[in-house]
Formats: sequence, C-alpha cells, structure tokens
Amino acid sequence: MLAAIQLALFNWLADWGAVAIDCVVAVGELTLFAWRTIVWTFGRLPKRETLLPSFYQVGVMSLPVVALTGTFIGMVLAVQSYYQFRELGLETRLGAVINMSLVRELGPVLAATMLAGRVGSAMAAELGTMRVTEQIDALTSMGANPIHYLVVPRVLAMLLLIPALTVMADFMGFVGGYFYSVIIIGIDKHFYLYNSQVFVGSWDIFCGLFKSVFFGGVIALVSCHQGFYCTAGAEGVGKAATNAFVYSFVMILVIDLVLNIGLERVYMSLWPDAIVSIGGG
Amino acid sequence: MMHARLEADDTQPLIEVDNLLVKFDGQTILRDIGLSIPRGETLALIGESGCGKTVLLKSLIGLVNPTHGDVIFDGQNIHRLNDRQLTKQRIRFGFVFQNAALFDSMTIGQNVAFPLKQHTNKPLSEIRDIVFQHLKEVGLPESVVWKKPAELSGGMRKRVGLARALVLKPDVVLYDEPTTGLDPIMSDVINELILRTRSKYPVTSIVVTHDMRTAQKVADRMIMMYPAPRLKDAEPQILYDGRPEEVEDCPDPRVTQFVRGEAGQRIEELGAFTGD
Repeated sequence: MLAAIQLALFNWLADWGAVAIDCVVAVGELTLFAWRTIVWTFGRLPKRETLLPSFYQVGVMSLPVVALTGTFIGMVLAVQSYYQFRELGLETRLGAVINMSLVRELGPVLAATMLAGRVGSAMAAELGTMRVTEQIDALTSMGANPIHYLVVPRVLAMLLLIPALTVMADFMGFVGGYFYSVIIIGIDKHFYLYNSQVFVGSWDIFCGLFKSVFFGGVIALVSCHQGFYCTAGAEGVGKAATNAFVYSFVMILVIDLVLNIGLERVYMSLWPDAIVSIGGG
Repeated sequence: MMHARLEADDTQPLIEVDNLLVKFDGQTILRDIGLSIPRGETLALIGESGCGKTVLLKSLIGLVNPTHGDVIFDGQNIHRLNDRQLTKQRIRFGFVFQNAALFDSMTIGQNVAFPLKQHTNKPLSEIRDIVFQHLKEVGLPESVVWKKPAELSGGMRKRVGLARALVLKPDVVLYDEPTTGLDPIMSDVINELILRTRSKYPVTSIVVTHDMRTAQKVADRMIMMYPAPRLKDAEPQILYDGRPEEVEDCPDPRVTQFVRGEAGQRIEELGAFTGD
C-alpha cells in the first residue's frame, strides 16, 4: 500500500517535473530564436522584395478587419455604457469613457488580437508548411539564412505597422462610438466631443501605441517560432497555427498587464498631482 | 605552385565522413558511419525507408547536426564552421529535394534565379539568360518561368529543382530520391538528366534512392545502409559498398533481399494480419 502511494507520488512529481522542464526549454528556445532575430535585424536589413510582401500582408490586408472590429467595439461600448450612465445622469460623459477605453486598452488589444488571429496564424501555417515541405532546408542549403530571409521581414512588418493599425482601430472605434451615441441615441454632440477631448490625453494615446509595439513583436516572434519548429505533417502545421494564436493571445494579455502597471508608475512619477487635479476638476 | 596544389587536392577525397553518429530523441539514426567520396564520383545510397539515407545526405551539408563525428568537405569540417564559412561551402553544393522544395510563393523563374540573386551581383538580364539556359537544359520551355510550382507536374517540379541546384555550378549535387513518385518514363528522363549533368559539369553526385534502376544506371559506386535499430551489436550500418553491377553477388542476404525487392520474413517481423 505504502509502496503504491510512493509510486503514485513519484509519478505525479515526475509528470510535473517534465512539464516544468518543457516550459523552461520552450522559453529558452523562444529566447534564443528572438535573440537570433534581433541579431539579424540589426546585422543586415532584408531586401525590399522580401519586406514588401510582409508589409502588404500585415498592413494592407489587415486594415479592413481591424477597422471593422474597431467600429463595432466603439458602438458596443456605447450600447453597454449608455443605460448605466443615463441612470447617473452622466450620459454626456459617454465620449470620455468610450474613447478612453478604446485608446488605452481596447484599440491596442483588439487590433493585436485580430492580427494574432489573421496574420500570426497565417505566419505559423506558412512557415510550418515551408518546414514540412523542406523549403526552409532548401533555403538553408542555398546559403540563405532562414531567420534573416523569413523571420526578420515579418517581425519588422509587425513592429512597424501595428501602431498604424492601432491608430486605425482607435479612430474607427471613435467613429462607431460617435455614430451610436450622437446619431442614434441623440447625445449632445458638443458635450460628447468636449468630454472626449478633456479626458483623453496624449499620454493615453502614447500608452496605447507603446503597448502595441510590444504586442506586434511578440505576435511575430511567437508565430514565426511556432511555424519554424513545426512538427511533421498536416497535424503539425495545424497545431502550429493554433498554438501561434493561443500563445500570442496569452502573451498579449500578460504584457498588457505588466506594461499597464509599469506605465502607471511612470505616469505617477512624472505627474504626481495629475489624478488629484482631474478628480478636483 | 597552384597547379601542384590542385593536383595534390585531386588525389584527396572530396567528402569524408568519419564516425558519424546521429540521434533524434534518443533514437539512433546513423551509427558510426564512415565514408570517403572521391571527386567526380557518382555514389548511390540505397536502403529501406527510415535507414537514415536522407539524414546522412543532410548531414553532409550541415542541415542536420550530428551527435558525434565529422564531415570533412574539401579539407574543412562542415560542422565546425561558423555561419559565414558554412554558407561559402554550402553554395558549392546543389541539393535536389525529394519533392523539389520549390518556394510556393515564387514563380519558377524566381525559384531558379534565387541562388544567383543571393550570391552574385549579376545584372538581371544576365540572370534571366542563365535561368532560361538552365530550364532549357532540363527540358523545360521558357513559358514555365511565369508559372507557380503548384501549376507544374511532379516531374516538371523535379526538373526545376535540378535546374535550381545547378545554377551556381556546384561541385557536388545531392539528389534525395529524385525519381520517387514519377512514372517509369519520367524516372528515366531524370536518370538521363543526372547522367548528362555529370557529363556536362564536373560534379560529384550523391543519389539517395530506393529505385534500383536509377542506382544501377547512374552510379559508379553503390552503398546500402540498414536501419540502425535493427543492427546487431557491432555490425556496421553500411552493409554493401561496391560497384552497382556486383551488388547481387553480395553474400549478405539483407542486401540481395533489398535489391530483388522481396518481402521475405519482413511481413512476419512487422506482424501484419497476425490476428487472422
């Protein structure tokens, strides 16, 4: 009996040990992959013919879906917030809450989520298929570095274009929120815009865009890593695409929390009286 | 002086594999492989699926890192070179992959031009001429340059793969199952292309194949490998190393069984239909 319990305990410990080791190995591999990508990014810029398709895929092709998502999120926020704000007699403050939520959180996070789903999964599937069909081996055998040729353009495209897409998501969210609040519900246009302007500052816009750069980097790295080390077969490619989205999404949320805490501290140290003055105003 | 050095080099094997051990996830794929390949030789590597032929081929060019052992190419240990040095050596190889491994996102013309754009500063007009010349050499019309790989048949894709492998005029061409999945006529076309490539360019060729017709037709020398996990303790993984026309006289029954394509006791070993 005791031996059986000991064996079960040993197996339980061994299983958790294996999980912990796998996690450490995965983080180590991703870190090495990121390091190699950084070295190649600063070592030699990719050729224009490899950069442009990535920029087109990430920027141009994602624009409609990001704009659409932004518009609807703006409208949904207006629908959700209106009745509660009306109860408090604060419906003219709707512009402030919608636009603040959009610029600080929902714009960057939803743009990043849409990109993780649309572009990240596609990157993982594309690189995974290239791995499975030996195209990455072919590239290497011809003396081209696959990190430089395949990963760096994708990472650069994500890093440079995600802030622009976030601005688009923010703007379309503003349009959607304005449309529902002012046109449909009939809130006074002047107060709606005035409150938006008063409560949403350049620091909020900066925070949203700053976070989006990290989101873009992590989506590209995680997705390319998943595709690059994809296991054989159609199942491997499917798993890489799914993992790329799931891991990217989790990382987006973790980074969002960490950066929010950090940015709040920076804000408090830069403008210690700011909260008091807004509250007083 | 230079001439004397070249003559001295010519007597050395171009590729030497010494004591090569490759393990994946604890499983031994290659066990103590030793091999010497002189310049200009066409070597056929045969053996049943999973015996490590492709792994050996990829080890020669540094696509697979061995657990132990060395691959010496033209006096340099491939697995001890830095990235820049390895790239220099790699472009002396042409690799024809099993399924051609053409880049899906590029046209055929871009695929063949890829190594030239990566490693030369030739003007586009010259690159275009070289691409057309190599496509013509493998029997493909100029019209294919604008097509995507998915629009071509398997045989055409393999010929494009061969054109791409030859475009930098390599010293060694590695063929990974060049005739697999092709009809007998197209298989023979590929065999003829391997022979003509050798007669036109002074290349050393290594052909991994299951196809005995291909091995016997193109090779000067044949090596048969056996899966490492099924070997007895001290047995070498290379069961046969000799001339292709003498392989049937090999005393090892595993070699003659493979050459004749007989199932023998394998079906019992696999345990198929044992429940009936």
